Amino acid sequence: MPDDKAFNGRRDFLRKTLAVIPAITVAGYGVATTVASQAAPTLQNPYRPRFFTAAEWAFVNAAVARLIPSDANGPGAVEAGVPEFIDRQLETAYGHGNLWYMQAPFSADAAPEFGHQLKLVPRDIYRIGIAALDRWCQSQHGKVFAELEPAGQDDLLRQLEGGHLDLQDLPSTLLFSQLWQNTREGFFADPIHGGNRGLVGWKLVGFPGARADFMDWVDRNEKYPFPPVSISGERG
Amino acid sequence: MATTLKPVNAVVVGFGWAGAILAKELTEAGLQVVALERGPHQDTYPDGAYPNTLDELTYNSRGKLFQDLSKSTVTIRHGIDGTALPYRQLSAFLPGNGVGGAGLHWSGVHFRIMPEELRLRSHYEERYGKGFIPEGMTIQDYGVSYEELEPHFDFAEKVFGTSGSAYKVKGQVVGDGNPFAPDRSDNFPLPALKDVHSAHLFRKAAEEVGMHPYAMPAANASGPWTNPYGVQMGPCNFCGFCSGYACYMYSKASPNLNILPALKQSELFELRVNSNVLRVNLDSDGKRATGVTYVDAQGREIVQPADLVIVSAFQFHNVHLMLLSGIGKPYDPRTGEGVVGKNFAYQNMATIKAFFDRDVHTNPFIGTGGGGVAVDDFNSDNFDHGPLGFVGGSPFWVNQAGSKPIRGLTLPPGAPSWGSGWKQAAKDAYTHTLSMDAHGSNMSYRDNYLDLDPTYKDAYGQPLLRMTFDWKENEYKMTRYVTEQMRKIAEAMNPKTIAVHVKNFGDHFNTRAYQTTHLLGGAIMGSDPKTSAVNRYLQSWDVHNVFVIGASAFPQGTGYNPTGLVAALAYWSAKAIREQYLKNPGPLVQA
Ligand SMILES: Cc1cc2nc3c(=O)[nH]c(=O)nc-3n(C[C@H](O)[C@H](O)[C@H](O)COP(=O)(O)OP(=O)(O)OC[C@H]3O[C@@H](n4cnc5c(N)ncnc54)[C@H](O)[C@@H]3O)c2cc1C
Ligand code: SF4
Repeated sequence: MPDDKAFNGRRDFLRKTLAVIPAITVAGYGVATTVASQAAPTLQNPYRPRFFTAAEWAFVNAAVARLIPSDANGPGAVEAGVPEFIDRQLETAYGHGNLWYMQAPFSADAAPEFGHQLKLVPRDIYRIGIAALDRWCQSQHGKVFAELEPAGQDDLLRQLEGGHLDLQDLPSTLLFSQLWQNTREGFFADPIHGGNRGLVGWKLVGFPGARADFMDWVDRNEKYPFPPVSISGERG
Repeated sequence: MATTLKPVNAVVVGFGWAGAILAKELTEAGLQVVALERGPHQDTYPDGAYPNTLDELTYNSRGKLFQDLSKSTVTIRHGIDGTALPYRQLSAFLPGNGVGGAGLHWSGVHFRIMPEELRLRSHYEERYGKGFIPEGMTIQDYGVSYEELEPHFDFAEKVFGTSGSAYKVKGQVVGDGNPFAPDRSDNFPLPALKDVHSAHLFRKAAEEVGMHPYAMPAANASGPWTNPYGVQMGPCNFCGFCSGYACYMYSKASPNLNILPALKQSELFELRVNSNVLRVNLDSDGKRATGVTYVDAQGREIVQPADLVIVSAFQFHNVHLMLLSGIGKPYDPRTGEGVVGKNFAYQNMATIKAFFDRDVHTNPFIGTGGGGVAVDDFNSDNFDHGPLGFVGGSPFWVNQAGSKPIRGLTLPPGAPSWGSGWKQAAKDAYTHTLSMDAHGSNMSYRDNYLDLDPTYKDAYGQPLLRMTFDWKENEYKMTRYVTEQMRKIAEAMNPKTIAVHVKNFGDHFNTRAYQTTHLLGGAIMGSDPKTSAVNRYLQSWDVHNVFVIGASAFPQGTGYNPTGLVAALAYWSAKAIREQYLKNPGPLVQA
């Protein structure tokens, strides 16, 4: 069962307390300074993260660049501003878990059909998850995630997705699904939220954004000819 | 401690479709009505205004208009011996909040019901024999007939400005509507909406395989409409930001647009927002309600005395309030005794996605919440269940309500889940994919029910409602059979490939995937106080000045969406209050 490890990790986490977090964060931070400067040149815009530490920022930039890479089909998640989008989301009620019912008792062993049953909110998932993953990378490769080659990063992301990494502090699938969900959101949400810069996500798939008037297009079997527009009137 | 206000004639708990209809009817009857709504004021302007409403992240991903789960939710378990866990994040269902309730952000699919479903148990026993209904399946008759409800279906369609194509009016075939649909006293107020291209493909393919496609009845206006209350609607432009959003075009029916403007003209009506009702208060012998207690925005407890209490807070909130107030005997699945919480049901969905080449432009962003093309050949009892051995059925449809890329992007089977391969697949698939649903019925069972959770509490310190629910053998059989029938339509469209999403035998209720907000039952109507919580007029059997309005009254699920029947039952109940109850307050049906 591929989920076994994640399962144990989840239980382990619940047995520990949140007191472990600051230590991990500090450790992660030490590695970060060099990594951040390495990741910086790929950034299109000098956004200064409010939630993410330098180490976390390096991870997020590196990971989303693999999830939605820049390639022959156009700009990727980094160019679209997805890291900024995520950082901003983590400062909202959503990031703090204030949109969720978060009363105890929590249940680490709940069957997946019951959805999220851990105490972790999005901010925790990133903070704890990135530290745990970077620690794992350090111990296996002597480098943090952001310093690995793209092929190695892809391999790790696949393992995270499949629940094959034992991160101890949280199920690896949780970190992956949080990151991938937010990456898609940042790639496809209206640019007022900080991502989808230049409407690149919408242009990729052919979504016209906030046009929202198709009176003359309802029953045609035709490619919709107009470029997307955003809420603030930007055209792609 | 609590402040007690001046008494009013009637208090309405919750201001969605059911609450708005009752408030309108009761003020028309001359009663002074106070509606208490737990959420904020909200309306087309500014909450649904262009362009800010066109924001998938805010409205869909973050659910701005939906229930605030941080304050109150439900718990869910799969069986009577399990431990229920809270529904912590909005996913399987999206209850409403604030003025208009889910009626502000619903989609608009506006059905009636098949007459035989109102007497489902009797009908199956007559046609297939008593032994046909499996042990443990607790389906019942509603205690009201289609003929009795017909005028109310008709009036509700006029209030909602519903678009559609009738088949039979007063016994005469008048149009190309659903040939299985029952007789109507009048046509739809507005002609059917146009078919989007995906719906057109479905219509053609359904005809090819010998089924009978029809335009879905939609409370999304196909043209200008002035409703019986004098409120005007404009034509829907298929903006695609429909389900989960307020309509910026004033085209989708909502309590806010279609009823509230008329209600506001009445000096007898008052709407109090941010007023969360905690319980209905009963007199010392528990036979009469004296009013309600609610918490206002400042957290103060307030008692609002009233002669009549309308509980219209949405299906499961209705049941929750009854349990918290001690109205009716709580249901016990072990003995089968008691009524409040009994027969909780849902919608049994299956979906087929069809992926086409680049020359087929399904443009999924073009769409309207209620529009589409459906077939009823395998819905209700329109086909012989005898050899199939299950109860229930499903309409099938392409109901392209507007798929936007965060949530609505689906890729063909085998596509990479991220990376450059995902990007290529997303580019190739998005505007060339269509989705069709088998919107199946879900029967009621002895052990699918609602009660109070022993562990978890809401923000007011009250126990959460607990759902005990899972799919049963009958449900797997039904959904798998009908999905195979729907597959014939999908294949007749000649897509490149299809993906079939249907339950496997043994799959548990999955709270993580959206499956409609069509939650049903729990305070069911009927003709026997031993097996129903409210009588045929939706009046509590036990506390005669409490009426409980909503899909909580359905004794089991149906293939159709519930709101058309909720509205008709609301008008039916209001008529009984106006014409019978007010003259002579007391039980309208002798137990
Ligand atoms: C996204 C979506 C799409 C839908 N599409 C369709 C469709 O196409 N066709 C269809 O038939 N149905 C559809 N539905 C279902 C439809 O919205 C409901 O059937 C309908 O709104 C039920 O009306 P109601 O008045 O019973 O409840 P609601 O409209 O939910 O109103 C209940 C109100 O009561 C308030 N309330 C609850 N508890 C309290 C309390 N304790 N004190 C005070 N107030 C309280 C709530 O805040 C809410 O405003 C959809 C639902 C959703 C969420
Ligand atoms: S699709 Fe039509 S009814 Fe729905 S929100 Fe848009 S304009 Fe309104």
